[in-house]
Amino acid sequence: MRLLTHNMLSSNIKGVINGFPLRIEVEKVVEKPVDFNPDFLKNMFSKIEWKPLVDASRTMGYAELPEEADASMLDSHDFLQRFHHALLELHLEEGALFCPETNRRFPVNKGIPNMLLHEDEV
Amino acid sequence: MTSRPELQAPPEIFYNDAEARKYTSSSRIIEIQAKITDRALELLALPDDGVPRLLLDIGCGSGLSGETLSEHGHQWIGLDISQSMLNVALERETDGDLLLGDMGQGLGIRPGVVDGAISISAVQWLCNADKSSHNPRLRLKAFFESLYKCLARGARAVLQVYPENVHQRELILGFAMRAGFAGGVVVDYPHSARSRKEYLVLTCGPPSISATVPKGKDGDYESCSDDDIAEDDENQTVRMAAPRKRQKITKRGKGREWVLKKKEQMRRKGNIVPPDSKYTARKRKARF
Ligand SMILES: C[S@@+](CC[C@H](N)C(=O)[O-])C[C@H]1O[C@@H](n2cnc3c(N)ncnc32)[C@H](O)[C@@H]1O
Repeated sequence: MRLLTHNMLSSNIKGVINGFPLRIEVEKVVEKPVDFNPDFLKNMFSKIEWKPLVDASRTMGYAELPEEADASMLDSHDFLQRFHHALLELHLEEGALFCPETNRRFPVNKGIPNMLLHEDEV
Repeated sequence: MTSRPELQAPPEIFYNDAEARKYTSSSRIIEIQAKITDRALELLALPDDGVPRLLLDIGCGSGLSGETLSEHGHQWIGLDISQSMLNVALERETDGDLLLGDMGQGLGIRPGVVDGAISISAVQWLCNADKSSHNPRLRLKAFFESLYKCLARGARAVLQVYPENVHQRELILGFAMRAGFAGGVVVDYPHSARSRKEYLVLTCGPPSISATVPKGKDGDYESCSDDDIAEDDENQTVRMAAPRKRQKITKRGKGREWVLKKKEQMRRKGNIVPPDSKYTARKRKARF
């Protein structure tokens, strides 16, 4: 799971009002290079919740994102490269995600979060 | 015996390790799924600006549909209920991120973030109640409401489905509309039993000005154009085959054979047709 996906995921448990962001527990992170595409990043930027991305990338061992970001920074190649790396190249390979409200654990194995809910959570 | 997988077992059981492998090693299936996904992407009508989008692949399976999305340069997140299918996707090193999840429980995705969604040959599974706790209507409702929410305004979802009958088609479409979607069904090759494919083309909220809408298809649902048919090799082969024997039309009517054939055709279109019996097309007694 990449942080792009983490930034979109929200806990879906019945009764949970704000299921975002899911807390990350890291067992293993892998890095996989992805082609750099500034157009994609510029298009995505407005949809990204920045603070959760900064926090998540730090948890994954990457601390090079600025605390705050605004659209004017998209002109900076340096900024785009950091954004690219954090968003698309860091994978949570093993670990878990936790619902911020209920602390329910969603295991992540082989890079795949198990988001299946129990019957009483639907 | 039925050949519909949906009637044999729940999806996470039907698509076990063996079936997942069989499914993904069939060159015929690979080719068909790629073709369907190409068509779904076309119907998604993303802006023609070369910018990669964030797409959702619902019921992504082993990643056959997703691979087509990657070929077009898009980023995607795939959701599937079968761990075995996802394992094959991992082996194939698909570029999209994978989630193990049940679309009938709703997609746990933040509001308004997804540029488009596709689902290839999966949503009809929601019409079955595989567990005592399953209510197809509640599951369809949860799915479409969460899908509507996570799409950006003006974004589309294109769902290629194999409904078992007209009732299922209406059930699926009904819940899509109730969730707020506008749209309808596009049917390709409606006259070919093998190639017939149907797509729910759904738009989320008012279409954005930037979205390019393919001309001729909008408002032209439940139809298919002649060039579509002409492009289809299978259809052409069928056309060029020797003309079928003329059906005998006697004074007494068109005959049992003709009625059976017509009934079969209607069934293939998803219509509810009474079962064939010895009474089918039997000549009625002249009572009066
Ligand atoms: C015919 S396969 C299609 C897979 C892929 N889209 C393709 O084109 O090759 C249908 C897939 O839908 C998945 N599926 C069925 N019901 C589902 C559900 N409730 N939630 C998520 N996936 C589901 C199955 O596990 C299976 O992988």
